[in-house]
Amino acid sequence: MKFGVVVFPGSNCDHDAFHAIGHVLQKPVEFIWHQSQDLHGCDAIILPGGFSYGDYLRTGAIARFSPVMKAVEQFANKGGLVLGICNGFQILLEAGLLPGAMMRNSGLRFICKHVHIRVEDTHSPFTCAAEAGQILTIPIAHSDGNYSCDEKTLATLERNHQVLFRYTTPGGKDDAAGNPNGSTANIAGICNEQRNVAGLMPHPERAVEQVLDSNDGLVIFRSMIEALVGAAKATA
Amino acid sequence: MATAQTEIKVTPEIAAEHGVTREEFARIQQILGRDPNITELGIFSVMWSEHCSYKSSKVHLKRLPTRGKLVVQGPGENAGVVDIGDGLVAAFKIESHNHPSYVEPFQGATTGVGGILRDIFTMGARPIAVMDSLRFGELNASRTTSEEDAAKNRRILDGVIRGVGGYGNCFGVPTVGGEVAFEPCYSQNPLVNALALGIARKDEIFLAKAKGTGNPVIYVGAKTGRDGIHGASLLASAEFTEESQQKRPNVQVGDPFMEKLLLEACLEAMKTGAVVAIQDMGAAGLTCSTCEMASRGGTGVEIDLARVPQRETGMTPYEIMLSESQERMLLVADSGREGEVLAVFKKWGLDATVVGEVTEGGMLVVKNHGKVAANIPAHPLAEEGPVYNRPIAEPTARKETAKDWFQFAAEGTELTGNFTKLLASPTVASKQWITEQYDSMVRTNTLAGPGASDAAVVRIKETKRALALATDGNGRWCYLNPKVGAMHAVAEASRNVAASGARPIAATNCLNFGSPEKPEVMWQFSQAIDGLGEACVALGAPITGGNVSFYNETLGKSIYPTPTIGILGILEDANDVMKVAFRKEGDAILLLDGAPNAKTPNSAQEFSSSEYSKAIAGIVAGEPPAIDLAAEKRLIDCLVALAEAKAVHSAHDLSDGGLAVAAAESCFASAGLGAQIATDGEADAEHALFGERGARAIVSVASGNVAGVLVTARQYGVGAREIGKVTRDNSLRIEYKGRAVIAATVSALQDTWAHSLERNLKLP
Repeated sequence: MKFGVVVFPGSNCDHDAFHAIGHVLQKPVEFIWHQSQDLHGCDAIILPGGFSYGDYLRTGAIARFSPVMKAVEQFANKGGLVLGICNGFQILLEAGLLPGAMMRNSGLRFICKHVHIRVEDTHSPFTCAAEAGQILTIPIAHSDGNYSCDEKTLATLERNHQVLFRYTTPGGKDDAAGNPNGSTANIAGICNEQRNVAGLMPHPERAVEQVLDSNDGLVIFRSMIEALVGAAKATA
Repeated sequence: MATAQTEIKVTPEIAAEHGVTREEFARIQQILGRDPNITELGIFSVMWSEHCSYKSSKVHLKRLPTRGKLVVQGPGENAGVVDIGDGLVAAFKIESHNHPSYVEPFQGATTGVGGILRDIFTMGARPIAVMDSLRFGELNASRTTSEEDAAKNRRILDGVIRGVGGYGNCFGVPTVGGEVAFEPCYSQNPLVNALALGIARKDEIFLAKAKGTGNPVIYVGAKTGRDGIHGASLLASAEFTEESQQKRPNVQVGDPFMEKLLLEACLEAMKTGAVVAIQDMGAAGLTCSTCEMASRGGTGVEIDLARVPQRETGMTPYEIMLSESQERMLLVADSGREGEVLAVFKKWGLDATVVGEVTEGGMLVVKNHGKVAANIPAHPLAEEGPVYNRPIAEPTARKETAKDWFQFAAEGTELTGNFTKLLASPTVASKQWITEQYDSMVRTNTLAGPGASDAAVVRIKETKRALALATDGNGRWCYLNPKVGAMHAVAEASRNVAASGARPIAATNCLNFGSPEKPEVMWQFSQAIDGLGEACVALGAPITGGNVSFYNETLGKSIYPTPTIGILGILEDANDVMKVAFRKEGDAILLLDGAPNAKTPNSAQEFSSSEYSKAIAGIVAGEPPAIDLAAEKRLIDCLVALAEAKAVHSAHDLSDGGLAVAAAESCFASAGLGAQIATDGEADAEHALFGERGARAIVSVASGNVAGVLVTARQYGVGAREIGKVTRDNSLRIEYKGRAVIAATVSALQDTWAHSLERNLKLP
């Protein structure tokens, strides 16, 4: 099992994702430069947070054209696990690997703080180690995290249980009070229909040790590890 | 002013337009043995500007303590460097970007942060934290501030906050805290002081010394444009007038994405072993980096401007040499190995071009398409600028009588209303609205972010250790007494570091003052230097760098003298971090006092300098509290010992707003806890609860550990007494001499404190 963390010019949470997988969870992980044509044989790909290409033009809009994204797309189409965190989520939206788009936060300001998200569905490689309804305390740090999609897309997302995480209050209510950025239907994270590509705005890699005030993010990476182990067994 | 043509005949009048005096012009003629041409005049004018040459401050800065057993690099390089063990060093420095932030708040603040980050990674250190010390005018119209000015102050604050956040967030360094204070004197002259901290391996530090004749000089990063010309000499080295807004083109424009690439590429290039020296192009751009590298290396440098990547066409040598376009670096590579260096920059998509070479003979030779545009001895240009021992005069003493001082309320007066008002004053109120706009967590090292502890704490992943950082500076106190005020700044920042559990080891300073041409300002400056020196020696924190910002005045009115101090501390064990928040119901609250027998000779006079006096009575007078550095040292040592013994559940020093505010903040930071406090003494209740004498802190302690903490305190000569308990009933109750003077629900007080700033900003 090997994780790959893609490094775009301007990625700045790449080291944090690497640390979470490699040092905290002690799993093999390597960086993949954005100009790479292949994914070094990795079994799961993380598109990390940051400001790829300065987020100029529009968040994720330039990064999606990086050479590595072709390989990521092929990998995803073959069922490979891809997790986009924050800027990585934005890139997945721009690349069309996930539906919807990202707008400026409703308050029009950058927000960095711990928020509460509820695990909405555990039938995914990103949430299978969690409990349904589990409330995770995980930080956000973004200007453009206001998830938006049309009604038809939303209906599809809901029907297929593609909404993996929703912002809630500390008590677990998904209402405006718990929604930090104005996201449609309080959506914090979604997956594709095939459930092998997911994106979320909160940073699970920042919540992997109690000294960082929360280790609730671990459950997402552990889910991926479990899924990979399960898949390996199934093919063995 | 004249900028464009090389054929202009330079006269003393043109020199004067460049801020070069007649005497300085004569000195230039003497150094060159001829008249300078316009490009050379431009070069001299920026290098000899107050901002770059420290000509008015040099004679005083010599009095600061700069040596210590952990100091690897003192003032004079891009940043100070201290040994932090495990083969690692910390590089850190604070710098001002005040004038640009007034003229163009967003870009002024971004380039302030960008500049200080470059200073750090130029040393080969990866930046791991940024802090900002900010001062603004009042946010609301008042006796001293018109509504127009208040509105402007709100806009400046908004722009500065967006700028600080915008740069650090994109660059990927956590902005871990700092402080923000408000006084009317900063209305036309906000202060934006940015501090950056980085770490490097001790044997991999880079210096800015051009060595090796024939080694190529390489230009890296953003292209050069016409932005920021004379930023250092005209914007930062002159006071503001009504026309200052027209200097907006002199403000540089920041690009944090470019800087992030530059960071990664520079660190990678340094690893090749082919880089000999490196310096960022900050103030005075290409001019400063070429002549300083040559001067420090005892060599010369020759460059041809035709090879400099340019953003626009038709730029003259004068403009290219004086441009302060951001995100640029100059480096010297080993001859024959420049290909390795250039390849790294190519990988990161950055412009990197050989623009010249290191030469013998000590001359800075600037050519343009092979034609000599400037030919100046580098050492005299960089190091032999004018030095002024400017006149000093103590201002006439303020004539104050008891009538000018704060009048204490009658005994037994209920103070909850005043306390609430104090919590709402912008200087005391929570800065969460600001700090939430900063990414304080990226790189996952932040053990204590904004407000969690008295200092920000970042771990060093590869070791057991953590570093703590705090900035402080009380301009109002320095105005009332510059020497004592400066000492307090060092003491408070050190106390804050110790309250996080870290031992203070080194200091950096940013000295914000008015015009050095005024004898009273120079007196303030000289006094502040004396205070800083004395306090840094007493508290064991040598000064490793920083900067001086003079001419902080508008229309002839100076700001309060505002030395800002950054203190760096080490925690031997990252698990020992102490935070502000109360943790457990039933814990005892202890007041630690480094000077338990301190007497206040004139209570009203001292209290008149407090935040409470200003916020409640509108009185700014008297004297700052007397300072006892030995007591501060005792308290610092005691706090560090308590942290190492993991003896306390929380620690918070007493500062703005005294005991009552400290206790309230420990409640606010907790998960719904309150406090019941009872104390007594000889002072008036307001002085006891809101007085700001230093060397004090409150800690909360599990009841079983109280005896042990008392023993530790005694060992260090620190007074300790139990003054209350942590409760679970959502109330804060403070009794003085047996009477309840403050009684309120924590949630109501917290609402006021937490949201006052955004309410004052009148956001849409």
